[in-house]
Amino acid sequence: MSGAASSGSALTGLLPLILKRIGAALLTLFLVSAVVFTISGLLPGDAAEETLGQSATPEQVAALRHEMGLDRPAATRYVEWLGAIVRGDPGQSLVANMPVKEVIAGRLPNTLMLAGFTALVSVPLALLIGIASAINRGGLLDRGLSLLTLSLIAVPEFLVATIGVLVFSVKLLWLPSIALVSPEASWGDTIRSCALPVLTLTVVVVAQMARMSRAAVADQLDLPYVEMAKLKGVPFRRIVLFHVMPNAIGPTINAIALSLSYLLGGAIIVETIFNFPGLASLMVNAVTSRDMPLLQACAMIFCAAYLLLMLVADVVAILANPRLRAP
Amino acid sequence: MSAAARFGGFVRALPLSGRIGLGLVLFWLAAALFGPFIAPYSVGAFVDNDVFSDASRRFWLGSDYLGRDVLSRLLWGARYTVFLGLGSALLASFSGTALGLTAAIRGGWVDEVLSRTMDTLISIPSKILALVLVAAFGSSLTLLLLIPAITYTPGNFRISRALAMNIVGLDFVSVARARGESARWIATREVLPNMIHPWLADLGLRFVFIVLLLSGLSFLGLGVQPPHADLGSLVRENVSGLTYGALAIIAPAIAIATLTVGANLLIDALKPVDDRA
Repeated sequence: MSGAASSGSALTGLLPLILKRIGAALLTLFLVSAVVFTISGLLPGDAAEETLGQSATPEQVAALRHEMGLDRPAATRYVEWLGAIVRGDPGQSLVANMPVKEVIAGRLPNTLMLAGFTALVSVPLALLIGIASAINRGGLLDRGLSLLTLSLIAVPEFLVATIGVLVFSVKLLWLPSIALVSPEASWGDTIRSCALPVLTLTVVVVAQMARMSRAAVADQLDLPYVEMAKLKGVPFRRIVLFHVMPNAIGPTINAIALSLSYLLGGAIIVETIFNFPGLASLMVNAVTSRDMPLLQACAMIFCAAYLLLMLVADVVAILANPRLRAP
Repeated sequence: MSAAARFGGFVRALPLSGRIGLGLVLFWLAAALFGPFIAPYSVGAFVDNDVFSDASRRFWLGSDYLGRDVLSRLLWGARYTVFLGLGSALLASFSGTALGLTAAIRGGWVDEVLSRTMDTLISIPSKILALVLVAAFGSSLTLLLLIPAITYTPGNFRISRALAMNIVGLDFVSVARARGESARWIATREVLPNMIHPWLADLGLRFVFIVLLLSGLSFLGLGVQPPHADLGSLVRENVSGLTYGALAIIAPAIAIATLTVGANLLIDALKPVDDRA
């Protein structure tokens, strides 16, 4: 009874701390939006010139600029743009000639699916590598895995993808090298066409994740209570499962949330290689065609996702720290 | 002790992984410096009637999608990858450190403003920031030197500010302040020499990230533009050879990986043992 009461009061003690973190994340997101808008608004030629082409007269450009509202002060345009983004309607895509909202709505679920599959495969794998390395610290397995993950961190995504395609699509003919994803496709087909992108992304994120989870578990193994348990004669397996893991779970989830942010960068290359119809390849197209409204919206979604992962990592670290939980 | 003997001692002190890393880094540095002089063919010459041919006596790494010699193009491409990466990493580290030292020594509102700005920039994933910058400004070679530098300055700022903060609190800095030394003197003579080792390790890591970022951009067609070609562009232009398993696409991709993995292994081996993850 008293235990439940104290944990309740502990949570209320944590609430302001967590709300503060959420507030800080929102403030950062707001500042990020200002940076994104400033950079993409500094175009040498603006959208009006872009739309009309080189043959347009200065009067035509001025008229269109007026019509598009580009002749108003930057601050006004920023506030309107931010308001539109917050309302979920970031304007018209210049190239697709469709609302940005619709273009993104067609792509976002695919990217979320890709990220979800990758997390499903990479998190258990990284935990396995991380824990196995940590409990064999200094041993042959640990050194081998450490060398492997250290190397994998520095391997470019397209090399992993290239080798994947060569082995599984060209030589073995097991998997398609182009991801055809559509709502009509059956689950089996979808999984088959996602297999290579997921495999590549897994290789990209797992190395960082495994290294960070190893560090989180290894930190715990250094603490005096582990020494004490050893001296008491507790079997090592029991120490790891019942003494170390409950304490390491917070730092490990923190490490996993932080490393999942590598997915964002990896997705840009991987979606392009496999022609995967996701948000990241959409953003690359927006850069090539200089479709600014679309680019800005994609950039903001990625930044928000990144900040969300950081926030989750932060909140988990707070929840897992018994010192902060104490009233 | 002669320079050669000191270098020998340095190499002997490295673990095996560090020696492999050092070897790979030196190899690519040499390739970037001397590659164009030893390249068997001119970089743009169409020398093979076949496209995507296999390795042969005439073409050690086969030919590319237009029948050009892959080895020669690789040796030229390494030049762009290594020097753009190195230049950009140095730029990022110098500007990050200059700002970091300023923030640590001045403190107060200067520190507050700089730290807030950098925290905002660091909250934008590096590839996303680079893409927005490329979309806004384009990708000439000068811009490709600046864009990764801007992208990776905040990371260096954070580390050098943290390092400098630890040093600024020490007695010898207080003594220098009491002597009336200028902020510039304190930064360059008192603080900087005491953070040089972690600073160099960070420079190396930035180099790895920047090479990966630049190759990624080139691979997307948003980096080095023709007629120039870095290693990432070579992977991109030969992507149609993937279905044949052509050497023309694998060789440059492996070239980038050996450079970045080598640098990463070397940096890890140089860390003090107790920091090694």
